Amino acid sequence: MTPVGAVFRRELATYFSTPVAYVFIVIFLVLAGVFTFYIGGLYERGQADLQPFFTFHPWLYLFLIPALSMRLWAEERKNGTLELLLTLPLSVTAAVVGKFLAAWVFTGIALALTFPVWLTVNYLGTVDNPVVVLSYLGSFLMAGAYLAVGACISAFTANQVIAFVVSFTLCLVFVLAGFPLVMDALQGWAPQALVDAVRNMSFLSHFEAITRGVIDLRDVIFFLSFIACWLFANGVAVEMKKSE
Amino acid sequence: MQASSNPAAVEVTSLSKEFGGFAAVKNVSFRLRRGEVLGFLGPNGAGKSTTMKIITGYLRPTRGSVRVSGRDLERSPIEAKRQIGYLPEGAPAYAEMSAHTFLEFVARVRGFGRREGRRRAQAAIERANLGDVVHQPIETLSKGFKRRVGVAQAILHDPPILVLDEPTDGLDPNQKHEMRGLIRQMASDKAILISTHILEEVGAVCDRALIIARGRLVFDGTREQLARLSERHNAVKISFDSEIAPNYPVALRALDGVADVLADADRAELTVIAAGGRCIIQQVSRLVQRENWPLKSLYVESVQLDDVFRDITRSRPGAGAETSS
Repeated sequence: MTPVGAVFRRELATYFSTPVAYVFIVIFLVLAGVFTFYIGGLYERGQADLQPFFTFHPWLYLFLIPALSMRLWAEERKNGTLELLLTLPLSVTAAVVGKFLAAWVFTGIALALTFPVWLTVNYLGTVDNPVVVLSYLGSFLMAGAYLAVGACISAFTANQVIAFVVSFTLCLVFVLAGFPLVMDALQGWAPQALVDAVRNMSFLSHFEAITRGVIDLRDVIFFLSFIACWLFANGVAVEMKKSE
Repeated sequence: MQASSNPAAVEVTSLSKEFGGFAAVKNVSFRLRRGEVLGFLGPNGAGKSTTMKIITGYLRPTRGSVRVSGRDLERSPIEAKRQIGYLPEGAPAYAEMSAHTFLEFVARVRGFGRREGRRRAQAAIERANLGDVVHQPIETLSKGFKRRVGVAQAILHDPPILVLDEPTDGLDPNQKHEMRGLIRQMASDKAILISTHILEEVGAVCDRALIIARGRLVFDGTREQLARLSERHNAVKISFDSEIAPNYPVALRALDGVADVLADADRAELTVIAAGGRCIIQQVSRLVQRENWPLKSLYVESVQLDDVFRDITRSRPGAGAETSS
């Protein structure tokens, strides 16, 4: 087994050997249900689609994923296991990728467990299922983006609370990029190129494009390259913070 | 001491490490050979752990180089890490895992297949004498068992080089004895570096000791060589049945090879300090017999290594390393 696989398996097993997995999944499912049926008004809309369900994913992820990612590196650093891990014959990249993939697959499992919502809508009417599949994929990609930010921030600190708060705030910026709140703060002083760049970083616009069923490779590439960049920064942070 | 034809398993050359302007390790050089147990001593914060973290590839040195089995650590870190088993300070382990799954995880990262990994984990468990606790979460284990889990993890792949940072710290006397036995057992075919701040360990397990103080190597030699550094090396202690007459110290001082005589009037004891640590007990005993002093006992005082340790780690900040090899 490759070192990445070993780290991946250990991390994934850890979620399920502690209450973390169960608490996370239950809260995620309950909140997803509440948002979809009560706030989103799935029944009241009278349309057989999952738009109300997916609309709330960026907001659910906003606080649930930093809660999941905050321990990724901070805990290792606090317990001294980082030294153990990084003196085993594996590269920092392997450790970063293994940890990230485990957390990503875990959120994928939580996401997959929302399938009853899909079944319900299919029971009630005719659903454009390819769009639903695409939306799930988009949601999964977006979750990866949140996780990559959270993992990177977690590598900067041994304090999980700090990791959570900073990740939450950064993710909020990326959700709201393109909204007046963030744009107004930049407009006027930042160069136009930066303003445009930030607008294009918006999770919401890329995610909504995917959930509308428009297959644009650029949205997929955005999320994948976003993840790659943050994981690269994650590796740098791990290297940098070792000596402290 | 091992034959010098034996190539160094670890060769540290002019190693320095600075943390934001603070020099934790300054120009440290030494060699560790196969079949040798090298004790790494020094006060807390002297740079022992930092040096070990560099050798095991966790930290990068600011200057200097480390060669592991002849290869440069900086250039082939993964290869070097395969050669080394490392017990980091405090024996960290994933607390929620059981010792068994933890060791299997380490085996997998080290590239062993499922079956081989399981076999290695089992062998390490037996070697480290983990016994019945292997299926309990590590966080529920006692300090001694946690340390043994750390050692099991370090020896799992039967590495030619072992780096153990304070393997006996926090263990009770029986556990310490056991741990030393385990280290001695493995010593014949491995190169072992252990750090400790317990001096008795130098005599108990180490062939050679390095002493580091304020980041500098201040001593590199055997226990015997360390004892010789004491000004009280080969000092002779004489105690008398009656009071010390004023002529005793005078007569002793006149002997060849005597540097000084210290008197303890209350206990009727004299301590004869040998010049340059020479053996003076014969001259002293002949004098005592000839003069027919009321002798109670006469013996060579055993050197307090603690005192030597204190001396060289405190008072010789600029002194270079004493090399024996």
